Amino acid sequence: MAGVTLMKTPAETGLVQAFETVKATLPGDVESRAQAFELFERNGLPHRRVEEFKYTDLRALMREVAPFAKVPSADEAKTALRDAKALAEINALQVPFVNGHFVRDAVDFKNLPEGVEIVPLAEALASGHDWLTRLSPVEWARQNPVYQLNSSFMADGVMIRIVGQVTTPVHLRFVTSSASAVATATRVLVLIEDGASVKLLETHESTNGVSHQPNDVVELIAGDQTNVHHVRVNAEGDQALALSTFAVKIGAEASFNSINVVAGSATSRHQVFAILNGENTKAQINGATMLKGRQHGDSTLVVEHAAPHCESRELFKTVVDNEATGVFQGKIIVPHHAQKTDGRMMSAALLLADGAAMNNKPELEIFADDVQCAHGATCGQLDEDLLFYLMARGIPKKEAESLLIQAFLGEAIEFVDNEDVREALVHTVEEWLKART
Amino acid sequence: MLEIKNLVVQIEDKRILNGLNLTVNNGEVAAIMGPNGSGKSTLSYVIAGKEDYEVLDGEIILDGQNLLEMEPDQRAAAGVFLAFQYPLEIPGVASMTFLKAAMNAQRKSRGQDELSTPDFIKRVNAAAAKLEIPKDMLKRALNVGFSGGEKKRMEILQMALLEPTFCILDETDSGLDIDALRIVSEGVNALRSPDRSFLVITHYQRLLNHIVPDTVHVMSAGRVVKSGGKELALELEANGYADYRESEAA
Ligand SMILES: Nc1ncnc2c1ncn2[C@@H]1O[C@H](COP(=O)(O)OP(=O)(O)O)[C@@H](O)[C@H]1O
Ligand SMILES: [Mg+2]
Repeated sequence: MAGVTLMKTPAETGLVQAFETVKATLPGDVESRAQAFELFERNGLPHRRVEEFKYTDLRALMREVAPFAKVPSADEAKTALRDAKALAEINALQVPFVNGHFVRDAVDFKNLPEGVEIVPLAEALASGHDWLTRLSPVEWARQNPVYQLNSSFMADGVMIRIVGQVTTPVHLRFVTSSASAVATATRVLVLIEDGASVKLLETHESTNGVSHQPNDVVELIAGDQTNVHHVRVNAEGDQALALSTFAVKIGAEASFNSINVVAGSATSRHQVFAILNGENTKAQINGATMLKGRQHGDSTLVVEHAAPHCESRELFKTVVDNEATGVFQGKIIVPHHAQKTDGRMMSAALLLADGAAMNNKPELEIFADDVQCAHGATCGQLDEDLLFYLMARGIPKKEAESLLIQAFLGEAIEFVDNEDVREALVHTVEEWLKART
Repeated sequence: MLEIKNLVVQIEDKRILNGLNLTVNNGEVAAIMGPNGSGKSTLSYVIAGKEDYEVLDGEIILDGQNLLEMEPDQRAAAGVFLAFQYPLEIPGVASMTFLKAAMNAQRKSRGQDELSTPDFIKRVNAAAAKLEIPKDMLKRALNVGFSGGEKKRMEILQMALLEPTFCILDETDSGLDIDALRIVSEGVNALRSPDRSFLVITHYQRLLNHIVPDTVHVMSAGRVVKSGGKELALELEANGYADYRESEAA
């Protein structure tokens, strides 16, 4: 209880109370949750004097804590999934979560695609499954307060194992649906065995007009010679405070390609912690973020080149309209032994209005001497000359702007190899542009 | 008919057009010649509606419409087309996407339905073939990686597809080899009609051998200082602009 006296804000007090209330009802070992919560409690909600949260002051942004969501009824889950639209048309194995709980009935366990194994997390926690030892593989995440909250409160999720070449995409659908605000903590662990390949889709949606507080973690251990394509879409409701973490550890000679597309939330903070843990691995980690109104969108990224001879490319594109604020904090870490690292990080922002703001903070932490690393950050407006060229051809201003914005975001989206998914993302961008005022 | 009266334009406190007068009748091809820096491109930008320029005085009337009060896209809808001296590269915007957006915008302004995709592709292919534009060029982002000559052909392609009534060609001949010059000129000549006029800006008689003008105007220091028939271009080719520069200084 030592930490409690340091806690000041109603949200922090609320979290302590919530943990006391729910910890006994959550599945699995209370002790490991208590440890995670104690780590969180030591420093409380991170604020702007904490370097990693300098531009996203959670202590100020999270005024109070919504009650943790209950298990939805079968009907509630069905309705929620029916109304959820993000990437819903894509042919995939759907693995849905409603209000933080795995919707078991929606998965046909008898007919899973070959090479896919799914274990419901709540049951696994309760019964002590073998794979649990592999949860929380990334140290950077374990030190992080948002992740610690998820570790404390995670109610459900799944563990998935991938063996061999799985061609059907696996679609993790996170849906929060309720008339009053709820908090959720969902956890997904994906184990990708040596030589396996998988296409992972991840969509996050919640009720518009309701201040939901999802805190989702997807973590992934990819073995040697794996091939991973990962597409994540934040299509959260317009009042959501969405916290999320993607933590990955990748083996040798692997190919890893990931993008996070942000089109929703009032406030979002997405954290990527990636460790390239074996030699000759290539990673492409992208982001395409669209912010308007008074939205706040934070992409925080740590890429650790923990082995020599790896290549990583990070390309983050942010479009900020009205009075919205974008944040990019990216760090490439190269320890002394990771020679021949080739890392390049780029963050580019397009400000569409005078009130729009972008905080760009790319960093390199390099301790090896024989490496090629670079980072860059740009922040600008739409090119007036290009706009004039398009308008001189009769294209109205808003449409001309849309073409240029699509082109800008397209550079990050074009890495998506699945054509249907890529088109769906382009459509997401189009819808966002249509709603611009 | 385009009528420009007493046009005075400045940019960043620098006066570029100094009371320019010019009339181009329907169906007329008017050539503008003049030394570098005399304001030819500025004139074309001001007609098309580029924002950087401050119009201090004068008017530009196209078929009774006051262009200066219109946005660039509205001017395009009113029939203005500018083939840029330096066409811009637009990375990430596919040429076909751009052409479709432009053609449909034009049709919308005329109260026509959007083109169906097959109809659109048919029209583009037909116009591209006439200008000897290879299909894979149209698969790339707009003007990105195009040679100087390819960019100019792309401009004429757009002109052909958009069917404007007042076309400005700003040094379309620069950067073209003889074959390309012929192809482009034929493209332009094919578009000549009684209700379409042209303002052809060039330094060289050689373009005017292909696109024979009805009138020739000499521009110097932001004004039209002499007007005449097509023989004026030959005279300029022989004597240069020296006479007109002096007349300015005087
Ligand atoms: N954007 C600009 N800013 C400042 N000066 C300009 C700009 N555009 C043109 N000028 C100046 O205006 C004059 C006329 O230029 P321009 O219209 O390009 O001439 P031309 O096309 O006849 O060669 C030149 O002295 C040029 O330097
Ligand atoms: Mg010029």
